[in-house]
Amino acid sequence: MGSLMKRAFLHFVVLLHRVISSVPMSSRGADRAPLILPSSPTVDAVALEERASALAKRSLKKVAKIAGLRLAIRMMDLTTLEGKDTPGKVRALCSKALRPLDTDHTIGPCAAICVYPNFVSVAKLALAGSSVAVASVATAFPSGQSPLAIKLDDARRAVDFGADEIDMVIDRGAMLAGETAKVFDEIAATKEACGQAHLKVILETGELGSYDVIRRASDLAMLAGADFIKTSTGKIQPAATPPVTLLMLEAIRDYYYATGRRIGMKPAGGVRTSKQALHYLVIVKETLGDDWLDPSLFRFGASALLNDVLMQLEKERTGAYQASDDFSKD
Amino acid sequence: MGKLSKIEKKRDREKPGIVFGNQWDYAPAPEATDFFKLNKRYELFIGGKWQKPRSKSYFATISPSTEAVLAEVAEADDNDVDAAVLAARHAYDRYWSRLAPSDRSKYLFRIARALQEKARLFAVVESLDGGKPIKESRDVDVPLAIAHFFYHAGWADKLELAFHGRSVRSLGVAAQIIPWNFPLLMAAWKIAPALACGNTVVLKPAETTPLTALLLAELIEECDLPPGVVNIVTGAGKTGAALVNHPDVNKVAFTGSTDVGKRIARAVAGTGKRLTLELGGKAANIVFADAPLDQAIEGIIGGIFFNQGHVCCAGSRLLVEESIANVLMRKLRDRMATLRVGDPLDKNTDVGAINSQMQLDKIRELVAAGEKEGAERFSVSCQLPKKGFWFPPTVFTNVSLSSRIAREEIFGPVLSTLTFRTPDEAIEKANNTAYGLSAGVWTDKGSKIFHMAGKLKAGVVWANTYNKFDPTSPFGGYKESGFGREGGRQGLSAYVEVV
Repeated sequence: MGSLMKRAFLHFVVLLHRVISSVPMSSRGADRAPLILPSSPTVDAVALEERASALAKRSLKKVAKIAGLRLAIRMMDLTTLEGKDTPGKVRALCSKALRPLDTDHTIGPCAAICVYPNFVSVAKLALAGSSVAVASVATAFPSGQSPLAIKLDDARRAVDFGADEIDMVIDRGAMLAGETAKVFDEIAATKEACGQAHLKVILETGELGSYDVIRRASDLAMLAGADFIKTSTGKIQPAATPPVTLLMLEAIRDYYYATGRRIGMKPAGGVRTSKQALHYLVIVKETLGDDWLDPSLFRFGASALLNDVLMQLEKERTGAYQASDDFSKD
Repeated sequence: MGKLSKIEKKRDREKPGIVFGNQWDYAPAPEATDFFKLNKRYELFIGGKWQKPRSKSYFATISPSTEAVLAEVAEADDNDVDAAVLAARHAYDRYWSRLAPSDRSKYLFRIARALQEKARLFAVVESLDGGKPIKESRDVDVPLAIAHFFYHAGWADKLELAFHGRSVRSLGVAAQIIPWNFPLLMAAWKIAPALACGNTVVLKPAETTPLTALLLAELIEECDLPPGVVNIVTGAGKTGAALVNHPDVNKVAFTGSTDVGKRIARAVAGTGKRLTLELGGKAANIVFADAPLDQAIEGIIGGIFFNQGHVCCAGSRLLVEESIANVLMRKLRDRMATLRVGDPLDKNTDVGAINSQMQLDKIRELVAAGEKEGAERFSVSCQLPKKGFWFPPTVFTNVSLSSRIAREEIFGPVLSTLTFRTPDEAIEKANNTAYGLSAGVWTDKGSKIFHMAGKLKAGVVWANTYNKFDPTSPFGGYKESGFGREGGRQGLSAYVEVV
């Protein structure tokens, strides 16, 4: 029954894909594409932001706070995406992901580490035998402004190196130019290139300009085969925000009811404090319920967040804040 | 990764449905109550003094969430009311009408600032006495009450500007009777403009929620207002009748039920007293297919479950375009499942206690009538506390326009849903009510908003939002929802004579 549904859905996607592909490029103007792809609901910015900030007012104390912070650690994609990354840095990050706090092994591990393709093999080796997955950015991250063949090759190679998850970027230029079919095609092609690896689609919401376009891009990504949708590369400001995350979770909810398929969500960039992390978890809890409160369907893309969460957990345990040097800065 | 896909495969076999369970639950987060102590007994605040009631009679005010007695409150009889009106008359003649307008302004600023300083106290007591969630009294009631004092402080010495350069005269003594749903806020709505315009006041809070008005009297005392400018008399309907019928009252302002409002209108007819009434409502919240649905859901939820639906402008009739009715109801049920009903003092509570046993009985009666008339009921399945007055958030579908739950004001957390096919049909259904206080329109089309707003017979029309209040914006109704406006430039005219 499940596979039948999945097959039916894939068939629908393929069909959709064919319909889009059969339309000659020249006639696929900005105003034409929506005739083919199902339209997205409109978004009211004021009310969306109001709802997101209302959810920040949930008061989380004691047990709820500790449970939330522990969950947040297990949802983290510990990330390093810098030009100065080295194998040593990546290995250090891996050991931090495996055992975030050396004094308490019940904390963690993180869900994944997220690196450039060149470091996938290093990470794979360092994490061998553990549950921590290796995610690799690909498709000419972070801009995505390269020919499709190169982007697909990028993704394929990352998978060949052993990546369990691929974090691709969409072509924001195409999205803003109204070439939604091109965006769709590229995601579908990348999904195919990923094979068994899970595909996270980065929308780079900070470049999309409005909630309406973010909603459209979310729908497009899910229709094209994304396993996760993700806000940001972390290279552009603003990165993840509560209203954007709420909006994308609402898109996931609509898609789930329409298809039965559960898509994951990953806010990335800008989530630095425990308080922010708990706010995001509240948004998840009150939008998509229990099932999404799980690393298989919700992730944080973060580098600085982990130590703040550890500091808060230690504060809850001991009653006092510890110096930041008490936590390893990998 | 094999693990992930296995979980996913298992999940894919189930029918889509979202589980809002206890996977990760919020711990209780009660607001503290140990920073203040209520008096055991409150007297009447007349002529700047706390006076024992001539009636010698007191009544208890209880917390509707626990049924515990919070304090005893004096019950004012005709003689007490007479003393209060006399005190207000003296204060008017001797102090307030002679004061430079800029000095009235200073007093109002002082009240506003003092209220800011004690915001937490007022919020907690409001939730205790009335049953509303602390997050509402903290974030809505108290800040808005403060804003009303600030706003009217600004008007006190600029009244000519509000009336196109014509000069205005104050009226005299204002008798003000307020309801139990927003006790402090309604007191502010009444007192602030009356004082700004140069009148003195006798105010009667509702018998189930007198405490914040009495705390406000204490605060006014601390602010050193001339004695008798503000008098607070507590009691039930009889006290209110004595106040309305007092011959030395120049102006009556009432917020409450349409039934009582009609009686007041009859009593005041021919006496020369000025009158404003803000009465009931049965507002239509209209959702078009092109609306931002997820945000509309928030407006629907806020429209009917804010303050347990004890809101005269509550969006209690949901009008949905038929083509999206199923999707919208699914979203609404999902959203209702996340509502947290319970202890009003818990910071995470969304829906608190019903204000009184009487109100609970009325809600139950109307809900039973709705079920009997064949409407489909959906109530949130939540554990309600054993003590106190509670009703689960409820929505009715398949409601016919002629049924009681579509016509009568329930004044509780109960939503009646109707569908429509065209904008004209929506307008017709929205206006097909005895009331006309407020309405909501949800659509992505600006032109449709203006078209609807022009046709809806309601004093307030909210577009892509609901239950938004601001002291600068006039509020009031059409038809059986009353007349006169409160707030804004327009609200001032209820308290002055333009000469």
